[in-house]
Amino acid sequence: MTARIGVVTFPGSLDDRDTQRAIRVAGAEPVALWHKDKDLKQVDAVVLCGGFSYGDYLRAGAIARFSPVMDTVIDQAKAGLPVLGICNGFQILTEAHLLPGGMLGNDHLHFICRDQKLRVENADTSWTSDYAAGQEIHIPLKNMDGRYVADRRTLDELEAEGRVAFRYLDFNPNGSLNDIAGITNAAGNVVGLMPHPEHAVESLIGTGRTDGLPFFTSILKKLVNA
Amino acid sequence: MARVVVDVMLKPEILDPQGQAVQRALPRLGFEGISDVRQGKRFELEVDGPVDEAALARIHDLAESFLANTVIEDFTVKVESEDVVAGAAK
Repeated sequence: MTARIGVVTFPGSLDDRDTQRAIRVAGAEPVALWHKDKDLKQVDAVVLCGGFSYGDYLRAGAIARFSPVMDTVIDQAKAGLPVLGICNGFQILTEAHLLPGGMLGNDHLHFICRDQKLRVENADTSWTSDYAAGQEIHIPLKNMDGRYVADRRTLDELEAEGRVAFRYLDFNPNGSLNDIAGITNAAGNVVGLMPHPEHAVESLIGTGRTDGLPFFTSILKKLVNA
Repeated sequence: MARVVVDVMLKPEILDPQGQAVQRALPRLGFEGISDVRQGKRFELEVDGPVDEAALARIHDLAESFLANTVIEDFTVKVESEDVVAGAAK
């Protein structure tokens, strides 16, 4: 028996199919979840994927955060359900206050799409245990609103508690404070990041490496061994 | 019917690159003497029924939970008088 990992589709989601594929490549079973449906179909974990849910109207993730499916995701995440937010999913997690801080437009005001070098800073979360702390990876980045901001106290807290999970290396693509590319909650079950690991799970496409695959094998191992 | 206006601005300590881009364009357009521009959002809510304390409290909650993200933004709630609303419509 393998783990069942849900992928939520909102109106405007783009990467739900790629995310399902990445889950399958890792050896788990992807389960499609629908934004209007409160039922999580008894999945063992949830991924909020990239895209432009509700056209990014109001703020990126602000409307998706109030969708029926998120009522259940928020409740269960607080109870320990592993949740990964990628790009728009990260924005939704900050809007839902499952992760601290907020996301704003890139400081250079342009959409950006590039292969991005990251350092894995925290390999103890549900979604990063198959990495080594300090490991450097290349995965695609593509976003308009990727600038992570938080007040000084929150930043200090994140740094002190080792909750900066990923940091941009060599180049900060969006003006994120402290070069933050991704963070985790204190319990380590909720992780969000701007770059796209689901686009780097097969050598044929993406960065030509499989640097994103450990996200999905990490959670699979955790769930199967649980 | 009355109009309630909710203004939402980025917190002062947060960088506003859009506002900066507008400010940098001003000298090219012949506007001098404007040292800073910050860009925000304005929501105009047409309220059915009286804008009493209870209605304002509900709008305040709406602004705090949805129209603004108070992690990164501040907001104000103002009632526009019906005269002002009528005048603005002319």
